[in-house]
Amino acid sequence: MEPAPLLKVNNIEVIYEHVILVLKGVSLEVPPGGIVSLLGANGAGKTTTLKAISNLVKAERGEVTKGTVEFEGKRIDRMYAPAVVKMGLIQIMEGRRTFEHLTVEDDLLTGAYTRGHATKGIKESLEMVYSYFPRLVERKNVKTGYISGGEMQMCAIGRALMAKPKLMLLDEPSMGLAPLLVQEIFEIIVRLNKEEKVAMLLAEQNAAMALQFANYGYIMENGRVVLDGDSETLKDNADVREFYLGLTEIGKKSYRDVKHYKRRKRWLA
Amino acid sequence: MSFFIEVLINGLLVGIMYSLVALGFALIYKASGVFNFAQGAMSLLAGLALVSFLTVMPLWLALVCTVGVMTLLAYGTVFIIFRPLVARPPLILFMAAIGLAFLVEGIGQSIWGTQAKGLFIGIPEITWEVKEVFLNSFDLFFGVVAAVLVAGLVIFFQKTRTGRALRAVADDHEAALSVGIPLLRAWAVTWVIAGIVATVAGVAWGSRLGVQFSLSLIAYKALPVLILGGIDSIPGAILAGLVVGAGENLAEVYIGPYVGGGIQTFFPYLLALLFLWFKPYGMFGKEIIERV
Repeated sequence: MEPAPLLKVNNIEVIYEHVILVLKGVSLEVPPGGIVSLLGANGAGKTTTLKAISNLVKAERGEVTKGTVEFEGKRIDRMYAPAVVKMGLIQIMEGRRTFEHLTVEDDLLTGAYTRGHATKGIKESLEMVYSYFPRLVERKNVKTGYISGGEMQMCAIGRALMAKPKLMLLDEPSMGLAPLLVQEIFEIIVRLNKEEKVAMLLAEQNAAMALQFANYGYIMENGRVVLDGDSETLKDNADVREFYLGLTEIGKKSYRDVKHYKRRKRWLA
Repeated sequence: MSFFIEVLINGLLVGIMYSLVALGFALIYKASGVFNFAQGAMSLLAGLALVSFLTVMPLWLALVCTVGVMTLLAYGTVFIIFRPLVARPPLILFMAAIGLAFLVEGIGQSIWGTQAKGLFIGIPEITWEVKEVFLNSFDLFFGVVAAVLVAGLVIFFQKTRTGRALRAVADDHEAALSVGIPLLRAWAVTWVIAGIVATVAGVAWGSRLGVQFSLSLIAYKALPVLILGGIDSIPGAILAGLVVGAGENLAEVYIGPYVGGGIQTFFPYLLALLFLWFKPYGMFGKEIIERV
């Protein structure tokens, strides 16, 4: 028997401002200790899915109107976002979102807010974060508004780690970073998954990178999951190869070949 | 020379009062983006509450009760008025704050009436002469109180977990929420702090001029202070308050006679206009860190 999923999203629908239907029945699962990727183009609903799970949609006048979200078997879709963080589910938002007027160290410490007033263990967590991101040590007294994009992403991930999460939702960690840096960040994500036993749900446009590091993937289009499977299976799927990895049977596709480019997808979005 | 120093010191002491009101504005603006039009009304409410508590209990208890009233007001404001307005445009929040100002004034007047009330908290009115400069015990006392309050706030914001969380909220609401900082509670705490600052300002002004309706108008004097200091800067609010207080006093004494006096009432706004031209973020306003 398979272990019970850590996160179970069951057929959710999200409506913004009471009228705009953004998610039309999304279901997905994250097993304990797994890395699951959520792929799709701009506007497919990846970010909304993550925010529906972490309950941040409510801060944007959005609402989960149908379906359920369960974390460790408990329903969390009616909870306040900070309570969800306290249970061990934290989202790292798109665009890093560090607190620009706080120093790196203060920024990291805000991540420990839900751990209460006790200072016990927080210093150890800080050391742990610095051991994964040694670059942050030399920057710890600099305001995060003045550090580089890569360092900001490290700071955002480190800050989330300070909350001792069991599951991290990462929204486009590769966005706007140089390829080498993306590689570095993904390697750290995998290390965190292995060494700290943090499960990851990863929304990415960089499908090649996500499929390389994740065990399982879901593909979203127009607010629906259109395809899911093991990363290996997805990588071999002809449509995924064509539309997400830019590959065809004969290797790199030529964009001069317009007719071929307009080939219909085999799933219905 | 001693006359100049006396005018300057008197101006600075009035300036401290401006600083206190501006400080309340800055705190709430920083944390929630609300331009709290009701800051002056809150000072009035605190003054009125203190006067009526003083008739039945000793000073320290009356102060505690007044802060209690301000805390209730803070939580009520955030959880009743602002909770449904989360993520609405700033103008809507501003309108809500204007409504709150009238609500607080109206409720205050309907409970306590519109007459000016004397407020005596037991500070003897003594005047010292130091090297031909006259100093007033009253002004000095509130100067010290304001300084202690400000020092306390700085330590609170820089060194405590809650203070750090409030600074995070000030930078990015949604990101703060995403790391588990309860937004509404953080705002409520900010409003409580602004309420305490309003209480100190209300007591200081009230015991000087009597607690009366015009107390809520000191809010307008805080506007040029905010522009000078930068609307979201705590040190800015304090320093600008002092500059405005000293500036208007000096202007009245030294420039006033040439233009027929009364310069005090508009001098701060003139100063503010100059700042808007040349330094729109104020002396210490948060310059938007733009990444290029």
